[in-house]
Amino acid sequence: MGGRAGFFEVEILDWKTKKQLCFLDKVEPNATIREIRLMFHKLYPRWYPARQSIKLDPKGKSLRDEEILQHLPVGTTATLYFKDLGPQIGWTTVFLIEYTGPLFIYFLFYFRMPFVYGLDERFTSSPHPVVNLACICHSFHYIKRLIETVFVHRFSHGTMPLRNIVKNCLYYWGFAAWLAYYINHPLYTPPSYGKKQINFAVIMFLLCEAGNFSIHVALSDLRRNGSKTRKIPYPTKNPFTWLFFFVSCPNYTYEVGTWISFTIMTQCVPVGLFTLLCFIQMTIWAKDKHCTYLREFKDYPSLRMPIIPFLLLKKKKKKA
Amino acid sequence: MASSEEDGGGNGAVEEKENGKKRRLGALATAWLIFYNVAMTAGWLVLGIAMVRFYIQKGTHRGLFRSVQKTLKFFQTFALLEVVHCAVGIVRTSVLVTGVQVSSRIFMVWFIAHSIKQFHGDVHCMVRKKEEKKYNFFIILYPAGVAGELLTIYAALPYVKKTGMFSLRLPNKYNVSFDYYYFLIIVMFSYVPLFPQLYFHMLRQRRRVLHGEVIVEKDD
Repeated sequence: MGGRAGFFEVEILDWKTKKQLCFLDKVEPNATIREIRLMFHKLYPRWYPARQSIKLDPKGKSLRDEEILQHLPVGTTATLYFKDLGPQIGWTTVFLIEYTGPLFIYFLFYFRMPFVYGLDERFTSSPHPVVNLACICHSFHYIKRLIETVFVHRFSHGTMPLRNIVKNCLYYWGFAAWLAYYINHPLYTPPSYGKKQINFAVIMFLLCEAGNFSIHVALSDLRRNGSKTRKIPYPTKNPFTWLFFFVSCPNYTYEVGTWISFTIMTQCVPVGLFTLLCFIQMTIWAKDKHCTYLREFKDYPSLRMPIIPFLLLKKKKKKA
Repeated sequence: MASSEEDGGGNGAVEEKENGKKRRLGALATAWLIFYNVAMTAGWLVLGIAMVRFYIQKGTHRGLFRSVQKTLKFFQTFALLEVVHCAVGIVRTSVLVTGVQVSSRIFMVWFIAHSIKQFHGDVHCMVRKKEEKKYNFFIILYPAGVAGELLTIYAALPYVKKTGMFSLRLPNKYNVSFDYYYFLIIVMFSYVPLFPQLYFHMLRQRRRVLHGEVIVEKDD
């Protein structure tokens, strides 16, 4: 296989109907899947490369752009399967929309737009300093996320399905509205332990935000030269990155910490609920990432846990 | 929920998993399910009969609730076990679906319907023939049950609003509020997307099970 420098032939079948969608002859043996996607796109203009899932097996995983034809387990006539992933949207676009929403929605409640708390309370301001502080922290959090999306994050996959954005926005925007409603309400009650509680929460908030940012920068540096291969992240001179000794995804750990501190600062149940959901979702992501690391690297540090130091939640096995 | 950041799984697409896993219940779980379903059938039948008897004797439904409430509360609470069954995995429906159903069973039409459903429910893990009855009864009983639930909730709304029951108002130190009245209204609206899904799921199951049955007979 690949011994003779002859051309390959590639036929692409629909994954479900097995109908032949195209037949490419005279394909270079060292052609990448990206090039095959481009050729397929020329024949089917509405299926742009981002929405093509090309696989070796109808029910298998999608092949990556960088894969080379002659290195795949195929003969000189390769049979590939195509699945339409539906309209796609870029990750950067998604994040920008997801994070701008909460930022402005919170302001609607902070400035007490007339349609929120009624005409009597319109444009009034709260007598509690913690309400102003909460607005600053919430806004800071989402502005930081927006800046990271534009300047820091390097996404390994370019796109996601378009329908996800409706789901994601409903979640982020909906929760932002719900918690902003209570924090900025005229009948809001400040935290029970007063200044002590608020100051503690602010310090924790700042530390976690700094930590989260440090991790994002460290992860981004792993891909500095534009490579898309996965590498094990290690602690650097920055003390915030020392959490890498204990967890695979310290960015998620810090993120949960940020929201816990915001809950303490505002003493508001909806914020607590949002924190809980964030924790659950991030634990799922962290476990997936952790398992991927363990699979790909034989020498992965054994002390590391997915998201909480020393804590690995095992999946319950059901006995038949 | 938002999708994973940075590494979305393979272009963000979800690969299809093989869902052909067959679950075999242990003997203990089967015995428990049978006991549970028989007990519930008996309970709901008793309640139904008590209500009919009350109405025949007194000629009115006033005071009915007071006389049956202890038994009713007992069996209603026991029905919560169904949610546990789903969560633990010995019954194969979603917890949310079951939770929605359980939390609104009050109406008399539903009692009677439920008795019949329970009787057939207890053989759901066993003999195939009885599944025929179960799958055909559902076509009438499901809409009847849902209608009953919705009517009950609707009838209860003015009372809920007047008494403000199960509601939490501002200001309070946890900065949260809950209005049971609006919650019920949202629940009623949520039937619109949920009920068709449940119903068509049952129809699909019915077609699969009964259709499958037909094929087996032919081979014999």
